Amino acid sequence: MNWFIDTISTSIGKKLLMAVTGLGFCMFLLIHMIGNLTLYGGKDLFMAYVEHLHALSPLILAAEIGLVFFACVHVATGLILFLENRRARPVGYAVKKNAGGRTFGSATMPYTGFIILCFLILHLINFRFIEQTPDAIFQAVSGTLSDVSFKIIYIAAVFVVALHVRHGFWSLFQTLGANHLKYMPMIQAIGIAFALLALAGFGLIPIVIGFIA
Amino acid sequence: MSAKRINLTLKVWRQSAGEIIGSLKTYSASDISTDMSFLEMLDVVNENLIKNGEDPIAFDHDCREGICGMCGSVVNGRAHGHESNTTLCQLHMRHFSDGDTIVIEPWRAKPFKVIKDLVVDRSALDELIQAGGFISVNAGGAPDANAIPIARETAEAAFNAAACIGCGACIAACPNASAMLFVGAKVSHLSLLPQGKPEAKKRARQMVRKMKELGFGNCSNEAECEAECPKGISIREIARLNREFIKAEFS
Repeated sequence: MNWFIDTISTSIGKKLLMAVTGLGFCMFLLIHMIGNLTLYGGKDLFMAYVEHLHALSPLILAAEIGLVFFACVHVATGLILFLENRRARPVGYAVKKNAGGRTFGSATMPYTGFIILCFLILHLINFRFIEQTPDAIFQAVSGTLSDVSFKIIYIAAVFVVALHVRHGFWSLFQTLGANHLKYMPMIQAIGIAFALLALAGFGLIPIVIGFIA
Repeated sequence: MSAKRINLTLKVWRQSAGEIIGSLKTYSASDISTDMSFLEMLDVVNENLIKNGEDPIAFDHDCREGICGMCGSVVNGRAHGHESNTTLCQLHMRHFSDGDTIVIEPWRAKPFKVIKDLVVDRSALDELIQAGGFISVNAGGAPDANAIPIARETAEAAFNAAACIGCGACIAACPNASAMLFVGAKVSHLSLLPQGKPEAKKRARQMVRKMKELGFGNCSNEAECEAECPKGISIREIARLNREFIKAEFS
């Protein structure tokens, strides 16, 4: 395993860790969103989804362990990269302007990442570390998201996630070496579409939850 | 279009030696012809400084034709100034207006130590090249030019990467002071050609490790380098470097 540690310790190695774990989170985000869409179908559909999901409990447990592991890798590597990048320019510029490459999303990746981590902890406290029966979960969802401050926190968090995905999605393909004139415009477009889809799919839940309950 | 005369205020980074703390100093540049290049404008300012018995502003330059890679400063927050695909020596004063204030700073990165004023030590780029940015040739009789067939598309792609003049603007512009575009250009240029393939693995592995050793930052795909590169080198070269690195490490 020595060669593997050596590889992932390099600059590109650490980026590969970010890319692979990031791709994992993108897939999770998509599945999570598809599951949550059942909420728009009403209480019964959502409860049926929760029941089906829980019937797969050994698989869910494996996925959860995998996601926690991915999160640890993504956060730890991201932190190392962030600190290394700060050290690479000890004396900054008095005036620095963007040349056109940088976007608001790309410039704020470490910060949006940190916000997502904080939100994730809150999200798990709200809906994961509670009684795991379909009824209790639905009560928690409708109860929490009916609260105005939670509505605002959840909608804001979805915005931050969308911003993170906006840069992260195409960026992971670039890191994996998949950048070509032929298909990079498509990857960019899918990234933006995915960010907007996540924004709509998750972001509307706190708004419409009153009608569902 | 006839030349106009403009007056400017310069704020220039002055640092008499590497170990001495520098600061921005204000100078006025009067009666500057808009036909002058940026470096010619600095020459005029320096002439006046010398006349007044002051130390002229030190800056790097050589060919002044945009092909040698010696010049380069961050002008108003942009590497080589605000014109795209342009080196500082090819930036003309017609792109500035009368009364403008121009802030001129040296390239900033941990491996680039300031030698004096706007002159930085870029020998870290030489060390990167020494780490693998070359092909080993067993000298002998010159081979026939057509002995190794190379497709025109491949040659063009290699040329696109080989256009790098090693000025360091990519590193100066990168929010993380990463050298990925420079290394990407060299790795791409050589790995595309048959002469570079035998050492492709070693090259990618060693150059990437050298970047870290020298204290360059990590790429975060912000694409500022691509926007500032005076030779228009694309971040697709970085993607190719990533591919070459993956191939080299995992096989």
